[in-house]
Amino acid sequence: MPLLRVVKRQEPLGWGSCLVLIAAICLSLLLGGIILFIGGTSPIEGLVVLFKGAFGNRYALEDAIIKATPIFLCSLGVALAFKLQVWNIGAEGQFALGAVGATWVALSLPEAPSYIVLPLMVVMAAAAGGLWGFIPAFLRQKLKTNEIIVTLMMNYIAILILDYLVYGIWKDPASYGFPMTAEFSEAAIVGKIGATNYSWGLVHCLVLGLIFWVFLKYSRLGYEIKASGDNVRAAKYAGIPYDRLVMLVMVLSGALAAWAGFLEASSTINRLQPSIMAGYGYTAIVVAWLARLNPFYIGVASFLLAALRVGVEGLQLDLQVPAAFGGIIEGLILLTVLAGGLFTSYRIVVARKAHEH
Amino acid sequence: MNIEILIPLLAAAVQSGTPILYATLGEIFTERSGILNLGVEGTMIIGALSGFLVAKATGNPYIAFVAAGLAGTCAASIHGLVCLVFQGNQVVSGLALTILGVGVANYLGTPYVGLTAPGFDPLPIPLLSELPIVGAIFFSQDLLVYLTYIIPVLIWIFLYNTRFGLSLRAAGEYPAAATAAGLKVVGYRWLGVLGGGFFMGLGGAYLSLAYTHLWTNNLTAGRGWIAVALVIFAFWRPGRAVFGAYLFGGIMALQLRLQASGTQIPSSLLLMLPYALTVAVLVLSSWWRGKTDEPGALGTNILPAD
Repeated sequence: MPLLRVVKRQEPLGWGSCLVLIAAICLSLLLGGIILFIGGTSPIEGLVVLFKGAFGNRYALEDAIIKATPIFLCSLGVALAFKLQVWNIGAEGQFALGAVGATWVALSLPEAPSYIVLPLMVVMAAAAGGLWGFIPAFLRQKLKTNEIIVTLMMNYIAILILDYLVYGIWKDPASYGFPMTAEFSEAAIVGKIGATNYSWGLVHCLVLGLIFWVFLKYSRLGYEIKASGDNVRAAKYAGIPYDRLVMLVMVLSGALAAWAGFLEASSTINRLQPSIMAGYGYTAIVVAWLARLNPFYIGVASFLLAALRVGVEGLQLDLQVPAAFGGIIEGLILLTVLAGGLFTSYRIVVARKAHEH
Repeated sequence: MNIEILIPLLAAAVQSGTPILYATLGEIFTERSGILNLGVEGTMIIGALSGFLVAKATGNPYIAFVAAGLAGTCAASIHGLVCLVFQGNQVVSGLALTILGVGVANYLGTPYVGLTAPGFDPLPIPLLSELPIVGAIFFSQDLLVYLTYIIPVLIWIFLYNTRFGLSLRAAGEYPAAATAAGLKVVGYRWLGVLGGGFFMGLGGAYLSLAYTHLWTNNLTAGRGWIAVALVIFAFWRPGRAVFGAYLFGGIMALQLRLQASGTQIPSSLLLMLPYALTVAVLVLSSWWRGKTDEPGALGTNILPAD
């Protein structure tokens, strides 16, 4: 069908599309300002508070980098699946199960030393998140079940599993009825880097991001992912085991999001509680798309959207703007960037037409 | 099961299924034109808030209901704009619409959390409601439920027995051929998107105007996504959608009743039921792989001819 796809979006950003991106973000903020106005907040004051809250001081920047960590890992996972044209909307649930898996190890081995408990937490988290990625992939390949809806439904289910555990059998008897587990042992906590406020999780991100990049660029598997993402039929014809590839990629995708869940439990809040679910898995989709699935840009976009979250917290405190405002801006950015994609794609279309004549 | 328990349960199933039915019909209407709108959840919740606010402002639930439909159309028009004008990816655009819609509704709705608005109350139909069993289940509901007894038939007639409906389906089935036959494919897709958005908005309004009568954040709670799944379960046919929606309504009603009965089962496990059922239903419908009416060009964009 020659009508269908015009542009591949996996290409790196050129300067022209960079401008489109900036224009899209400005337009989103403008529209966000209008929505602030409708909600009864002065749009200029609101946007100033948003910016100051996000970038105004060292603590805000620190907070943004800390919040960017889980978004980055979830987004790497999402991007991996998207590269294969598999719509994994399930990072949120895979993140939840990662946190659950890690917590299970931490609570079961309260006496174990760090070098045993931390690796086991990662493995258990990755296994749980990987399973949550495998199920929709298996159903997709064996029965052609729509993975978008299955991954989404599994988000709801995973969050309810987490709730079930922290409201039930894992509830700390000493928590005065609050739904939370006991605090992890010292050994089960990913520590801070030196005297900074950043945990070693940041280093995990750098290493995993690097592996992601090298894996896609230089490994055979990475090549197969790209080839299958571009054209499934050609890839199958070339002998790429597509079914297995999809399942493997979804397991890895789930494991990456689960890693974020492990870090969030083990380095940010040091226990499991329902508030661990902050919607990072959905933000990760916005990030992956903004960054066109490129790991370096995913890093940049994770930081920007984490900064937006920090800014919205400032808005909440200073101007009593509901937290949902963050979702509005995220949705607007995604929509305007999608719409802006036309301007980058159209150049290509016109050029091709000219060649044909 | 005891009939005194069963009949109210089935009546509740019809009521809980109704908002999902509106949304499913809307999505069928949209998808039949070839556009996949994953923004159902966002569109529904915009409809729910709009209906609530208009009912509060005017005191007239009828105006509020229609306004909610129009708000749904407005929300869906964003998806139309991104996909039909700017050629954006339909999956991502729909997701973005859901993120935006839920954000806007929760943002603008926060001051109204817990407040009530005038809505629709049960209005038993004379004679029919006195029929044994059926009367209590189907004819002792509110006006908006009765509307859903007619709307699937109207949509079916439109899609299968009118020229417009045929053209809309052609735009979704084989746009190249439709264009060659002189149809304005993009125009019919707009009709699909905007018309579908109207019904999604009505589904949202059912929640705030008839189901709860009050506003809470995240009122739709995934019903929009269930509707997307039900379209597949319904093989894109309005008639089967009715069956699917009542099935889910039944599960939701059952879950609420179990919770109210003070069961030992933890509420988080009960709340899981509709989502787990959605996965099960999807797996089953892909297992059967019967004669679906899935539009051939679903989710693909049309390039404007230039």
